[in-house]
Amino acid sequence: MKALTCIRDFYNINPDSDNEQIINIDKEIVLYLEGLTVSFDGFKALNNLNLYVKEGELRCLIGANGAGKTTLMDVITGKTPCDEGSAYFGQNINLLDKSESEIAQLGIGRKFQKPSVFEQLDVISNIELALKDNKSVLPTLFASMNKQKEQRIEEILNIVGLTEQQFIEAGYLSHGQKQWLEIGMLLAADPKVLLVDEPVAGMTPQETERTAELLTSLAGDHTVIVVEHDMEFVRSIARDVTVLHQGSVLAEGTMDEIQANPDVIQVYLGEEAA
Amino acid sequence: MNINRKTLMSANEKVVIPVLLGLVVFASISNLVLPQDSFFYVSTFTITLLGKYLCYALLAMAVDVVWGYAGILSLGHGVFFALGGYGMGMYLMRQIGDRGVYGDPLLPDFMVFLNWSELPWFWQGFDQFWFAIIMAMFVPGLLAFVFGWLAFRSRVTGVYLSIMTQALTYATMLAFFRNEMGFGGNNGLTDFKDILGFDLQQDTTRVTLFVITVLVLLAAYLVSKLILQSKFGRVVIAIRDAEDRVRFSGYKTESYKVWLFVYSAVLAALAGALYVPQIGIINPGEFSPINSIEIVIWVAIGGRGTLYGAIIGAIVVSFAKTKFTGIFPEAWLFALGGIFVLVTIFLPNGIIGLFKKFSLGSKAKPVVGLNEEKS
Repeated sequence: MKALTCIRDFYNINPDSDNEQIINIDKEIVLYLEGLTVSFDGFKALNNLNLYVKEGELRCLIGANGAGKTTLMDVITGKTPCDEGSAYFGQNINLLDKSESEIAQLGIGRKFQKPSVFEQLDVISNIELALKDNKSVLPTLFASMNKQKEQRIEEILNIVGLTEQQFIEAGYLSHGQKQWLEIGMLLAADPKVLLVDEPVAGMTPQETERTAELLTSLAGDHTVIVVEHDMEFVRSIARDVTVLHQGSVLAEGTMDEIQANPDVIQVYLGEEAA
Repeated sequence: MNINRKTLMSANEKVVIPVLLGLVVFASISNLVLPQDSFFYVSTFTITLLGKYLCYALLAMAVDVVWGYAGILSLGHGVFFALGGYGMGMYLMRQIGDRGVYGDPLLPDFMVFLNWSELPWFWQGFDQFWFAIIMAMFVPGLLAFVFGWLAFRSRVTGVYLSIMTQALTYATMLAFFRNEMGFGGNNGLTDFKDILGFDLQQDTTRVTLFVITVLVLLAAYLVSKLILQSKFGRVVIAIRDAEDRVRFSGYKTESYKVWLFVYSAVLAALAGALYVPQIGIINPGEFSPINSIEIVIWVAIGGRGTLYGAIIGAIVVSFAKTKFTGIFPEAWLFALGGIFVLVTIFLPNGIIGLFKKFSLGSKAKPVVGLNEEKS
């Protein structure tokens, strides 16, 4: 009997599964992260971390290597299990008991640090697979392209500027183009929250500028959380910045406040300021 | 915007497939109609040999479906092939009836020999052809489902998965070697007489089996192509390239892998079920790990991720094996290993890759859009 429940969960054969959970964001807060602790062999990658993210905001996460930025993203997207604490999407959805694919379907999209696209598929297919759609096996087997989907793909290609490259296999794109394609794939899924890990790594100044424009334009309709090392870039986009240090939040505020904060100066900007 | 998806048959296939079917019809007719001393006569031995190659081709295609498209390197596909073969073998065994050495109307010879008095429960129903065929595909499919479900859900990938598939086929081989298992032990199942009432020694039966094999292979090729060209197929290729990305795009990648694995296992089982009546024997040797590795070599030599590459690889290598073992049997495994090494180093895309290179070189087309394989 247990095995049966297990199989049912695995295939999501659930009579209630049609009533997709609706996220409750009455309090205008989209992510509640409380007391998150993750340790790897005794090393605490996250240490009692608390973070609240408002709906529609653009939040930058900064911090030295090993401060726990990527681990935090892993926890939110279900990749890394968490030892203690709670993570809620809206007021009602517990992220900690969901799998990666379920979290993605709920509307939390993620861009990896290293551009991660489907190299052997053309650009169109990359976007097509990311589109919001029924993603179980059988519907996918019999899925067909329709006008609506084509239009949406065309729109996204326009936004990320890859219309000319649409029939090229993604593996042949330049590094910057791959970054943009991955952002386009995020947009295709139309998520509530976008987690973006180092979006401008390896981009030219012009590309960086366009990325900044894109991310700022997305905020409002979407909640955008950006992890970035490039301080110039952070200054150009961020309204609110959170500084992580040794797995916890060290400071929160606007860029100016952060730069004036003595703790931050000591641990993070220390070398630059000294 | 105009999104062109490939059609069921490419321009090449519209020529190649009818030509091949023409050859099959010619071979069949020449065997049945022409006198034996005619120049165009194709012997029954050759027909059976070709039938065997085509069963291997279907098996190789099954491996290509999971390895070439989803990156799942199965070194144990022989287990599904052999189980399919045993399913058919059990039917053929029951068809012998009282014509066996011991003349028992119900029990196959080996059971009489073991002093068994009644038919084990798992042999019930195998006197019915339809039941045997369904079980020959259902049992391997179920095994693939259970194995895949456990392995993929636990996110076992790469070399660990390959080793587990080896262990699976090896363990099954040891089990089937035991007489108590009730599948004829060491000797397996053999001495078949007829299938659906047709004498297996008759030329017409042989030719019919050969033609059926060709048709099944063609159907399996087209169905596999349809599946892999669908959105499902693109998800599978995406899983091969960046599984995490697919997962974070909202797909349950383990479901996709499990179902593709089951489909592949059923194809392999079908190949086994077609193989046994033509060869006339199935024994635990078919489960041996080396057999499964050989399948992978066929696919690598033919070229991965194209389906027809696997078919060509299986036929070319099997033909070479037939010729080579006739001349110098001890050296065959060395030769096979040598070919494998050479192909891996110099032809990473196999025979197909070589052809593509030549045909593209002459047209001097840009590489963009070509399906260049990366390992």
